[in-house]
Amino acid sequence: MEQIGNFLALLGENEQMLYFVILSIFVGIEVIGGVPTILHTPLMSGANAIHGVVIVGAIFVMLNTAANDYLSLTLGFFAVLLGTLNVVGGFVVTDRMLEMFKKK
Amino acid sequence: MNQHILSILYIIASVLFIIGLKMMGNAKTARKGNLLSAAGMILAIAGTILLHEGEVGNIVYVLILLAIIIGTIIGWTTARRVQMTKIPELVSMFNGMGGACAALISLIEFQHLFPFDHVPPGGSQGHSGTLICIISGLVIGSVSFAGSIIAFFKLNGVLDKPVRLPRYNYINLLILSVVAGISILLFYSASPITIYALLAIALLYGVMLVLPIGGADMPVVISLLNSFTGVAAAFGGFLYDNHVMLTGGILVGSAGTLLTVVMCKAMNRPIMQVIFGAFGTTASGSSVSEKGTIRDISVSDTAALMNYSKKVTIVPGYGLAVAQAQHAIHELQTILEDHGVEVKYAIHPVAGRMPGHMNVLLAEASVDYDKLSEMDDINPEFPNTDVVFVVGANDVVNPAAKSDPASPIFGMPILEAENARNIIINKRSMNAGYAGIDNLLFYNTKTSMLFGDAKNVITKLVSELKQM
Repeated sequence: MEQIGNFLALLGENEQMLYFVILSIFVGIEVIGGVPTILHTPLMSGANAIHGVVIVGAIFVMLNTAANDYLSLTLGFFAVLLGTLNVVGGFVVTDRMLEMFKKK
Repeated sequence: MNQHILSILYIIASVLFIIGLKMMGNAKTARKGNLLSAAGMILAIAGTILLHEGEVGNIVYVLILLAIIIGTIIGWTTARRVQMTKIPELVSMFNGMGGACAALISLIEFQHLFPFDHVPPGGSQGHSGTLICIISGLVIGSVSFAGSIIAFFKLNGVLDKPVRLPRYNYINLLILSVVAGISILLFYSASPITIYALLAIALLYGVMLVLPIGGADMPVVISLLNSFTGVAAAFGGFLYDNHVMLTGGILVGSAGTLLTVVMCKAMNRPIMQVIFGAFGTTASGSSVSEKGTIRDISVSDTAALMNYSKKVTIVPGYGLAVAQAQHAIHELQTILEDHGVEVKYAIHPVAGRMPGHMNVLLAEASVDYDKLSEMDDINPEFPNTDVVFVVGANDVVNPAAKSDPASPIFGMPILEAENARNIIINKRSMNAGYAGIDNLLFYNTKTSMLFGDAKNVITKLVSELKQM
């Protein structure tokens, strides 16, 4: 019973967040609706680049880490590196695909 | 002050993500949309580095910049250099990187919260919200990473056969319960060993999830893992109460899920069947017993047949891309049009290795966007088509999808090439298609087989036509 109470408290405290999440889900669905099949690959690739925003979290981690915490710094370094790969690679490859659609 | 400016930058970035993604749904604005999203991303990243108040030495900033520079160079050159046929692998790889990034963040945050040397006596007391985010980010990120890497190797051809352990669904269910078990354990004893155990088992689950799935279903898997990474990024957003990560993550999470569903619909493969089902294991072969005969046709006969047709429809498949014949096929189209033949391309929604992949490949060969017809538009036109030229496609024209309930592709919408007056199929050999099943169309009385490498054959066709 106590566990349930705690859980409900957690949800209640984060009420705004939950609204935010639910509305974002609807935005995501709305934005994709009615996209022609031919654009599915670029769209998937573009969405792939956008979730690279996780790199912001990796930068946070680095900025909250003490300069002598070598393990965290190393892991953080790789997190930023991988995040950058996701972002840069994702956007560039999407642009390359879409560039071709333009040549009419 | 700085924190307020950063918040505003995050809002602008979030709006740019949404507008960018919306614009990508239209061929005319798609490229600008992608650039807008990228601009939003640069704002978010640069803003975080410059404006977020951290009390760290310069060395940390140097490390961050170094990681970004290395990542940019590798990411940029790979994305620029890769062949268009290899796009699906690449998307899968980049997706895995994002997943790994999310998992690493969780790992480090866990260590900040519960350091190795002194585990706080109260356990996770008072940290349950944070712990939920850490665990979810770690598990989803790891599954996405491991799954994407396996998908990469499958598309690459390194892992070309679906690996199926007996009762793998039960094994996977068992692994998943272990994941859940360790996660719950973490709330009672938050020790470093437990979190690394969770990491290991989540990675294992990612591998086991994708390993039994056949290559033909990889697009669905990549799209699904793409939305997983989005959700993992969103949990990072919860962790830091960061709204740009939340918007970006959830946007991709929900859009990716919807995209997965749309793809499954195009292939008529229920998502549950893709993940838990058995594609190709139920070896049917029931109706293909009375196969009939196969007729060959020569290049010059094909050229003559096409030359005297009014309407030719090309059905391109992945085989065309593998043979790098997209430019040759464009040449064929041009010369036929010069001879007064109407040429169209019939594009199956899942032609290539991803929905829309074939359009990208043909666009690369400067085939006009208006020449590409989608399945629903072209199907009624086949009875009036003189010649259907199938190049490197197989399953998408297999009539068994309509007529043979025992076939594993039964129910998949197909291009009804069998309704055309003449069908010419270019293949390298009589091997079965990607789904590993026989094609009834090859034995149709209207069908002629034109064997040979696609690029080679099409080039010859073009030179024959030039002399006519």
